[in-house]
Amino acid sequence: MPKVTIDGIEIEVPKGTTILQAARMIGPEVAPPTMCYYSKLKTSGGYCRTCIVKVTKGSAQNPNPMPKPVASCRTEVMDGMEVQNVTSPEILEARKGVVEFLLINHPLDCPVCDQAGECSLQDLGYEHGAAKTRYEFKRREFERIDIGKYVQLHMTRCILCYRCVKTAEQITDNRVHGVIHRGDAGEISTYIEKAIDNEFSGNVIDVCPVGALTDKTFRFKQRVWFTKPVEAHRKCTTKSATGQTCSGKVRLWYKGEDILRVTARKDQWGEVEEFICNDCRFEHKKTSDWTIEGPSPVNRHSVISQNHYNHLNELKVEVMKHQKALGFININKRP
Amino acid sequence: MQLTNRRKEVSHKEQSIAEKIYLPAILKGMAITASHLFKKSPTINYPEETRPIAPVYRGQHVLKRDDNGAERCTACGMCAVACPAEAITMESAERKKGEEALYREEKYAAVYEINMLRCIFCGLCEEACPKEAIFLTDRLVDTEFERGDFIYGKDKLVEKMTERIDVSKRQTPEVLEFKKKPGLKHNELFDSSKQLGKGKKH
Repeated sequence: MPKVTIDGIEIEVPKGTTILQAARMIGPEVAPPTMCYYSKLKTSGGYCRTCIVKVTKGSAQNPNPMPKPVASCRTEVMDGMEVQNVTSPEILEARKGVVEFLLINHPLDCPVCDQAGECSLQDLGYEHGAAKTRYEFKRREFERIDIGKYVQLHMTRCILCYRCVKTAEQITDNRVHGVIHRGDAGEISTYIEKAIDNEFSGNVIDVCPVGALTDKTFRFKQRVWFTKPVEAHRKCTTKSATGQTCSGKVRLWYKGEDILRVTARKDQWGEVEEFICNDCRFEHKKTSDWTIEGPSPVNRHSVISQNHYNHLNELKVEVMKHQKALGFININKRP
Repeated sequence: MQLTNRRKEVSHKEQSIAEKIYLPAILKGMAITASHLFKKSPTINYPEETRPIAPVYRGQHVLKRDDNGAERCTACGMCAVACPAEAITMESAERKKGEEALYREEKYAAVYEINMLRCIFCGLCEEACPKEAIFLTDRLVDTEFERGDFIYGKDKLVEKMTERIDVSKRQTPEVLEFKKKPGLKHNELFDSSKQLGKGKKH
């Protein structure tokens, strides 16, 4: 099993693991951000270059560094490889440039966009990007397109990550949309606005890292940070054409008594845990349809935790961690 | 134990004759009172007269319109999330075709309410606003008889084009400079000849 060192932390991983997966095994502190890579989707990744890292030592046999930053989602680890991510100022600078490129055609209209608050690009720009745009030209603009009854595509916001295309290919049958044209002219299209019409099409909304594909039943209803996420499940037997069954495990977004929208549950990397069917997502918006499990875990630093007070335990743990670091108490001795 | 050196012994000494007849003390008091007859009165005849107010006084809010009369607010919710008193609530709606002159952005606030009893007039909402839509003004919130009347909706908050409110004094020099920059969507006014979607063909 090859051993790889990422930001000074060594880890042994199975052969064939990519640098990104190895970094995720270590933890969120060293894991590079991703915009196009999606661990649940095969052949995803390699388009956005957000996850670039510096390989300072190729392997034990060939200790030469790699000449340029490499996309960690597409590079497999070698035994003895040494990788720098957040410890390399070069990489942070390069990533800043990548964010700038991603934002070239992306409108800066987060106040209008429904994805704001849970947008990967917003987070990425906030953490790695520059505070101001240097771009002075006109950005691409498109009319909004309705893809089917429930999904709206606003190409203006698309960053061409191909996630939705791969989702449609791998989760649903008869993919009807794809990327047409190339480079600057590239766009997601369904050819003559043909509807995506199958039981799992709603998942493209969840995998979209930006606000290009949005839920029409939730459109402009409420900002996400005014809604409260709750885990719930129901019995669902919908089968996709590729043999996947809908798990019925979802996240409900409440405002007061009303369920404003239903999404799949997302893990700490912002990736869908289990894909859900359109029936669960769009047709069941009554509390009586669901078995409630409890409030969803929300990162304390996320805007969604604003004005919700169920993250106090997490806060307590964090405070105790700091106290331990300062030598106040021994965290393990506390009950 | 002496804690401070401000301790004073109470004296029980006998009053003098001048003190006993009280007259000098009364005259002294009358002299002070009489001197006020010749001083300028600090009272002002409100509401005919008002005290000078600071240009950055934080009074009743206004929801600004742009120069063409379109509402600037896009119901992004930043003010509501910044509000420490949780006084602001809103509901958004989508702008339909043909309403471009009414609302600047494709989304707008259909309902926008500030509970003036909850509001502490801290001004964090105007600081959070990315669209230069909400400002606090030098106007005072009116008195009401019912608690419900203090929940101000858009009818009271949105500025009327006939009586526009100048808020330029509340904006920093950086913001005023930024507003002069051409080519930014934030500074553009709606122009019906430049409709969305024209840039689609490559």
